[in-house]
Amino acid sequence: MPADKVPASVNKGKTGMGELISILEEIQAKYSYLPEDVLRQVAEETGRSLVDIYGVATFYRAFSLVPRGKHLISVCLGTACHVRGGPAVAREIQSQLGIKPGQTTPDREFTLETVNCLGACALGPVIVVDGHYFPGVKTSMVKGILQQARTGLDRVEVETDQRIFPLEVSCARCNHSLMDARHVIDGYPPVRVTVSFGNKHGWMLLSSLYGSHEVSMEYEIPPDTIVHMFCPHCHAELIGGAKCGECSAPMVPMIVRGGGVVQICSRRGCKGHMLDLGGVTLD
Amino acid sequence: MITLFINSLRVSVEKGTTLLEAARFLGFPIPTLCHMDGLSPYGACRLCVVEIGEGPGARLVSSCTYPAEEGLKVRTASSRVVKARKLILELLLASCPQSKVIQDLASAHQVRQVRFRQEHEDCILCGLCVRMCEEQMMAKAIGFHGRGEKRGINTPFNAKSEVCRLCGGCIYVCPACSLRCTYTEPDKAICGGCANLTPPCVDKEKFDDMMCYMEPCVACEIKKD
Repeated sequence: MPADKVPASVNKGKTGMGELISILEEIQAKYSYLPEDVLRQVAEETGRSLVDIYGVATFYRAFSLVPRGKHLISVCLGTACHVRGGPAVAREIQSQLGIKPGQTTPDREFTLETVNCLGACALGPVIVVDGHYFPGVKTSMVKGILQQARTGLDRVEVETDQRIFPLEVSCARCNHSLMDARHVIDGYPPVRVTVSFGNKHGWMLLSSLYGSHEVSMEYEIPPDTIVHMFCPHCHAELIGGAKCGECSAPMVPMIVRGGGVVQICSRRGCKGHMLDLGGVTLD
Repeated sequence: MITLFINSLRVSVEKGTTLLEAARFLGFPIPTLCHMDGLSPYGACRLCVVEIGEGPGARLVSSCTYPAEEGLKVRTASSRVVKARKLILELLLASCPQSKVIQDLASAHQVRQVRFRQEHEDCILCGLCVRMCEEQMMAKAIGFHGRGEKRGINTPFNAKSEVCRLCGGCIYVCPACSLRCTYTEPDKAICGGCANLTPPCVDKEKFDDMMCYMEPCVACEIKKD
């Protein structure tokens, strides 16, 4: 078994339950599910028993033991959506995709899941595709939404040049693209995240050119400050278990479109970053 | 030493003693299902409920996990406790009607009918087998998985475990395993569960005669002639 399957952040013999979750989150972000052999390797390297790891992996809905599709469809079947026709929408999606809730299409395009409330009852019946909310969905609209999802709901076209490669990234949790088409840094749409440090909370734009450290932000961050970065769509913190190789501040992971993870150092001024395109690691 | 009152009797116990141990020391019977000497208390079955406190502040707690407190007033068989215990037994019986252990407990507590739909589950999630495997057999081969109604017990990935030694300890302590051993026809009872984690009795067509690896079978206590 190749040793690089498990994130480098796994610290031998020193893993509490909380650290285990962040290790699993990182694996889930990398593979979009938790492969069995990787979990076995985590058990080996952390010295925890496989039973505990399996228990945690099956307990949380955020983890999946089977491969997930590129697009995640969540159909709300909460009370309000239920009375407004949520089950009919769910049935229509099921018949169009030929899968049941919790399953993934054989071509790995779609994963369907039902949720019990999305907190948007007034919009019901509501479905969420890759972080995009579709309110008042009728069965006739399902086909169009699926088509839209296939072509990319938040596609921001980045024209590439042979010599440089801008990255298109998305949130590891909600799968929503983090690209911001309304701004330009280094000639390309930048990555938009929310940052917080001290009692400040504001937006930050990062150049999408790999290796460029151009940023633009709402509040000037003092040098050496470690900031927390959040997804502007689902508001989840972008955090994995990895530490910066240069200054050991926490790394901020983002999913690269087409596969792989890019990690940037959360310390202002530190140029630590890492690109992992599934096997090949560039520093 | 901590002094507390159990059914108005004063008793002094060591710090860290549970209410269940204190009550048993005095000789008050408290039924238990998920409790076993030698395994850590878990508080899953709630059969050992007792009432603590007085007046409107009185509440039910599981005595196997509640540590003795100074001056605590405990009632082990008040009408509220008995009522709660009977309801718990009724629910347990509804989920596992074939279990001899639960049947005996229900009968001893005058539970004469079950008002709930019978589920015929093969597990009541008491966690005895999980603790047995971890604490006595030092294996950690089985554990809980899932959450809510999908919660269950099995080996990781539901595959043969590398750390399992097929000791049969989990089947030995299982209060629901009489269901697996006798299937639904007790006279056709067979059991390989003690030495085999996938009991052949589940596949009963293949084993129409008694094919028990242990004699007498520690799990179903049926002697082979």
